[in-house]
Amino acid sequence: MDSIERNKKYNAYVDAKKPQTKNFPTLIYAYLVGGFICMIGQGIQDTLLAIFPTMSTESAGAWMLIVLIFLASFLTAIGVYDRIGVFAGAGSIVPITGFSNSITSPAMEFKKEGIIFGLCVKMFTVAGPVIVNGLAISVIVGIIYLFL
Amino acid sequence: MKKSRKQTIVFKNAPKIIGNYTIVGQKEGNSNFKNYFDYVLKNDLFGEKTFENAERKMLEHAIWNALDNAHLDSKDLDLLISGDLLNQIISSSFAARQFDVTYLGLYGACSTMAETLAVGSAFIDGNYFSKVACATGSHFSSAERQYRFPLELGNQRPPVSQWTVTGAGCTILGDSGGDKEIVNATFGKVTDFGINDVNNMGAAMAPAAMSTLIAHFEDTKTTPEDYDLILTGDLGKLGSEILMDLMENKGYKLKENYKDCGQMIFNNNQKSYQGGSGAGCSAVILNSYVMQKMKEGVYSRVLFAATGALLSTTSSQQGNTIPGICHAVEIRNCADKKEKK
Amino acid sequence: MLLTYLKVFLVGGFICMLGQILIIKTNMTSSRILVLFVCIGAVMEAFGLYDPIVNFASAGATVPITGFGRSLAKGAIESIKEKGLLGVLTGGLTATAGGITGAVIFAYIFSLIFSSKTKKY
Repeated sequence: MDSIERNKKYNAYVDAKKPQTKNFPTLIYAYLVGGFICMIGQGIQDTLLAIFPTMSTESAGAWMLIVLIFLASFLTAIGVYDRIGVFAGAGSIVPITGFSNSITSPAMEFKKEGIIFGLCVKMFTVAGPVIVNGLAISVIVGIIYLFL
Repeated sequence: MKKSRKQTIVFKNAPKIIGNYTIVGQKEGNSNFKNYFDYVLKNDLFGEKTFENAERKMLEHAIWNALDNAHLDSKDLDLLISGDLLNQIISSSFAARQFDVTYLGLYGACSTMAETLAVGSAFIDGNYFSKVACATGSHFSSAERQYRFPLELGNQRPPVSQWTVTGAGCTILGDSGGDKEIVNATFGKVTDFGINDVNNMGAAMAPAAMSTLIAHFEDTKTTPEDYDLILTGDLGKLGSEILMDLMENKGYKLKENYKDCGQMIFNNNQKSYQGGSGAGCSAVILNSYVMQKMKEGVYSRVLFAATGALLSTTSSQQGNTIPGICHAVEIRNCADKKEKK
Repeated sequence: MLLTYLKVFLVGGFICMLGQILIIKTNMTSSRILVLFVCIGAVMEAFGLYDPIVNFASAGATVPITGFGRSLAKGAIESIKEKGLLGVLTGGLTATAGGITGAVIFAYIFSLIFSSKTKKY
């Protein structure tokens, strides 16, 4: 009983003592970088539509995402994306490029444990939950839609 | 037998420190203590294929060169005591393959340096061995991939986090020679104050440091003022502030003679937030800076209390709180003691 | 033209900023952020709330991971219209197959070529 009380007190004390981050600048950085990545996406989409006038907006959108994923994967591989991440936080996590980064980075990291049991198995350590939960929610949405 | 029910053992034949060596990574090589380290890596892979191998090689390198520093050959060595942060302490035991010597692997997380020194001293004091090597090391990249995230993942480190030091240190203890000796050692109790934020290691370890320091002061009937330097392991900025508060509540005031390896090691431009951590952190500071300053006579009585957080990725994912441990050894200049006599 | 890009920037940046607020307030890891945003996107799409944002901001709403969630939900719903019950299971992945396969293949190729490096800060 005593130790529970003590731990509670200690946790409260530590929380109060924690350094308060300079929140405001990181929000701005996240906004700027996130918005910029989206603008690049729009630029790619518009370029594609200009080059291939017959392309539908939808497939241009799909191609645009794939190009962004490619770019992010490449930037991760040459060790640039994590530097952007340190600066931008969610600004480089939330866009689809962050998803790509979260697949490429563990794959590179665990290559040393072998291609099958390292690279391929660990590829989804970060992004796995995203795909699993994404699929689960799409099934739930589908079922609800089916019966409504 | 020495006093029972106490945590401190006092050595009758105080073991001498006869050799030291430190090797650090690039980031540490640019830190506040760059002039004290013996060897700075040009590349954090150290010519190896993996970071784990690099960590092992750093340990080997540190032990060989510490032996050199003590003018010993590996066949003069009686025992190697070593530990590190990786699962099943592979760096230490793999490094030990290189030496034809009996080996003990210890795991005390970041407190390993003090733990190996304390255990090694006890063997020498008991006349079982005459030359013991105590070594430990850590590597940022191998620790990061084991405990946290892949290196290239673009995430921000939380402001309470610490930076695992890339480095290894080795101390050679002997029954004679050398101008510094270990006079006593305080073994710590595992202390858990219910912190479960894995990033906030300083807060998790500070209570353990408090418990061990108080036990040491009570057992040896000393006060913090008696020491030229009280050096905790890797509490970091936040952790050491917490420790000062905790100690003050218990009636011990830590003043300017109190420092923390984690807090000291990196300078403000190195973006390490709360400072350094890892087994290598206290090992490289003790074996370079502290030893150097003791030699110069700046410090003659040092209490070295390395702290460790005894968590694993499994324990923290299962929601367990983080237990801490702290072991302390008191190091003195032999010359200084003779003068006082 | 310029107005479109401004809208893309404002909306895309805003969604990312929401993520940053979550990181600061709750110390969430990036996995959790991504999961949460995918779910939010999917649920919003189910209620028909996400399409208006896409019409307004285009890439500003499709590039953030919420857009990925939206594709999953949208794919399921559209596929149900064609295939009925089977669509519940096939729709989500079909709609996002390009992104997922792309990410996996690029990751595979690049990680065979490159290795991770130590962080500087």
